[in-house]
Amino acid sequence: MSRGSGRGPRPARLSPADLVRTGASGLRARPLRVVLSALGIAIGVAAMVAVVGISASSRADLDARLASLGTNLVTAAPGESLLGEAATLPKGAEDRVRRLPGVRGVAQVGQVEGASVYRSDRIPEEASGGITVYGASLDLPETLRAHVRTGEWLNRATSGYPAVVLGATAAERLGIARIGPGTRVLIGEEYFSVVGILDPVALAPEMDSAALVGRDAAAGRLGADGHPTRVYVRAAPERVAEVREVLARAADPEEPFGVEVSRPSDALEAKEAADRAFSGLLLGLGGVALLVGGVGVANTMVISVLERRGEIGLRRALGATRRQIRGQFLVEAMALSALGGVAGAVLGALVTAGYAVTRGWMVAIPVWAPTAGVLATLGIGAVAGLLPAVRAARTAPTEALGSG
Amino acid sequence: MTRTNTAGADDDGAPAAELFDVERHYPGGVRALDGVSFRIGRGELVGIVGPSGSGKSTLLNLLGMLDTPTGGSVRITGFDTAGLDDDGASALRARSVGFVFQQFHLAHNVAALDNVADGLLYTGAPLRRRRARARGALERVGLGDRLHHRPHELSGGQRQRVAIARAVVGDPGLVLADEPTGALDTASGTAVMELLQELNAAGATVVVITHDRELAGGLPRRIRVRDGQVESDERAGGDGGGHVQG
Ligand SMILES: Nc1ncnc2c1ncn2[C@@H]1O[C@H](COP(=O)(O)OP(=O)(O)OP(=O)(O)O)[C@@H](O)[C@H]1O
Ligand SMILES: [Mg+2]
Repeated sequence: MSRGSGRGPRPARLSPADLVRTGASGLRARPLRVVLSALGIAIGVAAMVAVVGISASSRADLDARLASLGTNLVTAAPGESLLGEAATLPKGAEDRVRRLPGVRGVAQVGQVEGASVYRSDRIPEEASGGITVYGASLDLPETLRAHVRTGEWLNRATSGYPAVVLGATAAERLGIARIGPGTRVLIGEEYFSVVGILDPVALAPEMDSAALVGRDAAAGRLGADGHPTRVYVRAAPERVAEVREVLARAADPEEPFGVEVSRPSDALEAKEAADRAFSGLLLGLGGVALLVGGVGVANTMVISVLERRGEIGLRRALGATRRQIRGQFLVEAMALSALGGVAGAVLGALVTAGYAVTRGWMVAIPVWAPTAGVLATLGIGAVAGLLPAVRAARTAPTEALGSG
Repeated sequence: MTRTNTAGADDDGAPAAELFDVERHYPGGVRALDGVSFRIGRGELVGIVGPSGSGKSTLLNLLGMLDTPTGGSVRITGFDTAGLDDDGASALRARSVGFVFQQFHLAHNVAALDNVADGLLYTGAPLRRRRARARGALERVGLGDRLHHRPHELSGGQRQRVAIARAVVGDPGLVLADEPTGALDTASGTAVMELLQELNAAGATVVVITHDRELAGGLPRRIRVRDGQVESDERAGGDGGGHVQG
C-alpha cells in the first residue's frame, strides 16, 4: 500500500531572517578567520572605490576650476611661418581681433627682449634669471581673470611710469612677499616701483614668472618694438569654436599660418586625461586583489564545510533539505565576502577623503562606486561559495554525523 | 489495512514506524541489515540492543530517513519513505522525528535555549515561537534554570538533556536515540534513561539504542539485532502487546 502518487510533506521555507541567521552563525563562531579571509576582498574594493573616488574628486575640482576660469579663453601667438622662420604678430593684431564677432575681451602682451630683472644692483646677474618682462595691455587681468594678490594693477597713469606688477613666481624669486612705497626692482638700467603682485594664473602660467609693465613704459623706457607676442581673447562661450576659426586670420591677415591658436583650458583637460590612464591601471590592480580575495573566500568555505560535517549532519537530522544546506553555505560565503566589501568601501572612502583633503579638493565619491563594490562582492561570494555549498549539500548525513 | 494517507499530514491511526523485509547492503558485500521487519506503535518505548557492528545504528538511520534501504520498505508515521524525495523526507524529519546522539551534537558558543530552538528551525516556525517552545522543553527536561548556559558551561548529563529537549521540542511522532548514555557516567546515564521514560509516559514514541544491559532490561520492549537481522523481539511481562495496534 505504497503512497506512490503522494508527494509527501513539503518542507517549510526558511524566512529571509532565518536564512541570514544560519548563514551568519558560521561566521560568528570564527571571527578571526572572517577578518583574515575578508581582507583580500576589502583591499580590492577599497582600491577600486579609492581610485574612482579620487579621480571623481579630482574631476570635480577641475570642473569647478574650469567653471570659474572659463573654457572660452583663446590665445594667438606667433608660431612658424610657412618658410619655417619664427613669425611675429603684427602690431594691429589686438584691434583687429577686438572687432571680430563673438569676442568679448582682448588683451595682449609683448615680450621685451633682453631685459632682465634684479632686486637691486648689488645682486649678481645669475642670481635672478628666468623672469620675462612684458609690456601688457591694461585689460590683461580682466581677460585672464587674473587676481591681484597685493597692491594693484597698472592703470592709465602708471602705464607709462616705471611701475611693474610681478607674477607670483617672479615675486617669490625676487624675494618680495609684501610691497611698500619703497619696493623697487631693477629692470634693465632703471628702477621700477613694484605696485602689485599677482596670484598664480591657471590659464596663463607664463604670467607667473613675468614682470608686467605698461605698454608705454615698455616702448619708452625698455625699448620694446611694440609687436605682441601673445594675444588673449575671451570669446562668448557659445561662439568659442567660431572665434578660434577666424582668430589666426584676424591676428595676421597676411600670414595666418604663422599664428598658433590654442585654448589653454584644453591643457588642463589633457592632464586630467593622462591621470585617468593611470587610474585605469590602479583599477586593474584592485580587480586582481578582488579576484585573489574571492579565491580566499572559496578556500575558507571549502575548509569550513570539511570542518563542519557534524553540523551539516545535525541540520539534516533536524530537517534541513539539501537546498537549505546549500543556501546556508551560499549565504555564509556571500556574507563573508560582502563584509569585506563593506569594510573596503568604507576604507576606500576614507582614503579618498584623506587624499582630497590634502589636495584641497572637495570630496566627491559617486554613490555607484561603493554600491557597485558591495554588490560585486555579493556576486563574488556567491561564485566562491557555490562549489563548497554544493559539497556541503551533497554530504551524506549518516557519514557527517559519524565524523562529527 | 487501509492506511493510505494522501493528505500530507500524519495519519493518527498509523504506527510510528513499520519495516517490511528491510535490507541495507553496502558495496563490497557488507549486509548491515538483511531482512528486518517489525512495527513500532505509537507511544511505545523500544530498546534496540545487540553487539557492536550488528546494524543498530544503520537501523536507526533508516527509521530517521537519514539513509535509504537498498531493499524492502520503511514507513514512518504512515508515509512510505520510498515515495519521498529529499524534500519530502527532510520535511517529515523536521516535523515527525527527533534525534538524540551519543556525542550530543550541540552548537558551541550557542546558549542552551537557542540550541533547543534550532530543533524547530526547519519547521518554519517564527523565532519567537521557537524560543518560547524551547523554554518549555528545557523546563520539561529539568533545565529551566540553565537557559542561557552554553554547552561548555554544562555537565555531560546536562548537555544530553539539552539535546533531548531539542529532539522533543517539536513533539515529534518518533524520538530516536543512538546510545544517548554512551558518553555519560552511570548516574547521568540513568537519569537520561529516566527522562526518556518520562517523555514516553507523556506520550512520545521512543526508540533507543543501548549497550547497557541493565538500562535495556528496564525497557518495556527490546529488539535484539545480530548480524543485520532481528534475533528477538521481546516485551516485558510476556507478549502483552498493549501498545501494539492491530
Ligand atoms: N558507510 C558504510 N560503508 C560500509 N559499511 C558500513 C558503513 N556503515 C556501516 N557499515 C557496516 O555496517 C555494519 C553495521 O554498522 P552499524 O554502525 O549499524 O553497527 P552498530 O550496531 O551501530 O555498531 P555499534 O554498536 O558499534 O555502534 C557494520 O559491519 C559496519 O561496518
Ligand atoms: Mg552504532
